Amino acid sequence: MDLQVLTYLIAGASFALYIGIALWSKASSTNEFYIAGGGVHPVANGMATAADWMSAASFISMAGIISFMGKDGAVYLMGWTGGYVLLALLLAPYLRKFGKYTVPDFIGDRYYSKIARFVAVLCLIFVSFTYIAGQMRGVGIVFSRFLEVDINTGVIVGMVIVFIYAVLGGMKGITYTQVAQYCVLIFAYMVPAIFISILITGNPIPQLGFGSKILNEDIYLLDKLNLVLNDLGFNNYTQSVRSKIDVFCITGALMAGTAGLPHVIVRFFTVPRVRDARTSAGWALLFIAILYTTAPAVSSFSRLNFINTIHNSEYQTTPQWFKNWENIGLISWSDKNNDGIIQYGPGNALENTKPIFSNKRGENGERLVINNLSTNKNEIYIDRDIMVLANPEIAALPNWVIALVAAGALAAALSTAAGLLLVISSAISHDLLKKIFRPSISDNQELFFARLSAAVAIAIAGIFGIYPPAFVAQVVAFAFGLAASSIFPVLIMGIFSKRINSAGAIIGMISGLIFTLSYIIFFKFISPELNASDYWLFGISPEGIGVIGMLVNFFFAIIISSITKPPPEEIKTLVNKIRQPS
Amino acid sequence: MKTNISYWNANLMIVISLLSIWFLSSFGAGILFSDYLDNFNIGGFKLGFWFSQQGSIISFVFIIVIYCFLMNKLDKKYDSGGD
Repeated sequence: MDLQVLTYLIAGASFALYIGIALWSKASSTNEFYIAGGGVHPVANGMATAADWMSAASFISMAGIISFMGKDGAVYLMGWTGGYVLLALLLAPYLRKFGKYTVPDFIGDRYYSKIARFVAVLCLIFVSFTYIAGQMRGVGIVFSRFLEVDINTGVIVGMVIVFIYAVLGGMKGITYTQVAQYCVLIFAYMVPAIFISILITGNPIPQLGFGSKILNEDIYLLDKLNLVLNDLGFNNYTQSVRSKIDVFCITGALMAGTAGLPHVIVRFFTVPRVRDARTSAGWALLFIAILYTTAPAVSSFSRLNFINTIHNSEYQTTPQWFKNWENIGLISWSDKNNDGIIQYGPGNALENTKPIFSNKRGENGERLVINNLSTNKNEIYIDRDIMVLANPEIAALPNWVIALVAAGALAAALSTAAGLLLVISSAISHDLLKKIFRPSISDNQELFFARLSAAVAIAIAGIFGIYPPAFVAQVVAFAFGLAASSIFPVLIMGIFSKRINSAGAIIGMISGLIFTLSYIIFFKFISPELNASDYWLFGISPEGIGVIGMLVNFFFAIIISSITKPPPEEIKTLVNKIRQPS
Repeated sequence: MKTNISYWNANLMIVISLLSIWFLSSFGAGILFSDYLDNFNIGGFKLGFWFSQQGSIISFVFIIVIYCFLMNKLDKKYDSGGD
């Protein structure tokens, strides 16, 4: 069957499934809308958390990024999983015991302050919106490549689907669609990975194939990859290039950020008991680890495959996938030495990195770019995102696998978008309206406002997807640093200290956020030419600065609290209460 | 009240010991001593590389499983079912 028809069928069937689930699990009270009535089974919640967590970035981009970073790619692998240990051991059980609806709920109550709640809402909205824009864009990219519709149409279709199940179903609808989305996305990720592992190493388990010998050759895959890369002038794949302190800080910022992301934390409010919150975190990490241990294997397979297929081959004989992705603009080839043969090597092929295409074709039929060519020998520009999406095509897998990958990428993007929309809408209807500005509204009115703000948030997210501000892609990675430096420390101190008071928490959050934000803005937007390790504070890149921001937050919270009045007696009782499971 | 305090202290002990393992398997084996561990191999992996891209993640899963097991035991001992 034709690839496009197949993709429509598989993606269409998955959409029908999500909407069906949403209709079946419609929310009828704020309790159901915010936390699914608190009756979600820990295993189901684990799956929903995994889908909620694994975004378009995890599914589409991560393996590609690692494949070009080699060993240093571990910052993402460790950072985005290690946070769950912090979440399970330091936050989830206690916040579940606290047992309200939102993350600002806890901050507002524990620090007995509407200002603290308000600051928490601002941090939450800021972090969640930067994150969601990337998801809508991911939906658009998948639609444009696999369904051959305009990116904007893709974004709108995605908005409509999310609208139906997030606005109708609330947390209840989202939870059960996320369970389905996890199944779709993990199946879609594993099938091509297993195929490719068998093709290259003969071992059906990618995690083992990764450390096996290449089929019919007496050399380990990773050794071969090092050899091939060395020949081309690259560093060893298995060797770290970045400084230790930077790798350390980026990993730390991603971990603390993960544990501080509101859409993840709130998932643990939906299980019945404290012990379920712990178990559920374990299931969530197990489900996530399946993808996260497969991703680095995919990275090394696809890097090797890519070089073998492309380097030193004639453009005109390259496989169809190369031309497909070139037509979309994610690959470009500029024949620097006019030999009609593709040469790949280190360095950017083009100045300004990304290709800007003219309407003309070269003598071999390639798309011409108007960029100035750089002086190195590399003739290939490749967008890292396509390593996962093009992988099934590169390995010549059957069409249904390609269609499945498209459906999986959509599931990953939609499930994360829905989870983020829910925390944004509950922060507005519950924390801002009900708890700060309009305490008199009834449960039904609050539910109406929750749905309304979800709808508005979807519209804004869609606009971000259609007109992506140039900074979105850069900012998404920083959402973690911001969460690590603002929300994470005050949650930890709220549980493990009885001495931190409202003044300490508010100043801690604000100072951590401002410090991190200004460091990022300075190096990314004001003086990007200075963004190099020589100028960084202690050699820490903007990606890793959240760790220092977190320390700033802790520092000010402790100092300010120790010179101001301790929290009132009832707060100490509250803290004692959340420390006991029953 | 007294049992509450000893429950909390036992809880902290579990958390601190497990977080040390968490730190050693990721920041330790995956980053700080990773280059040294690369002198050893398991299968086709250099050990430090394996820890940074596989081993740390696998240990995280085990850490949470052990945490659940120990905490459930502790809850039973102090008779707090967690409802």
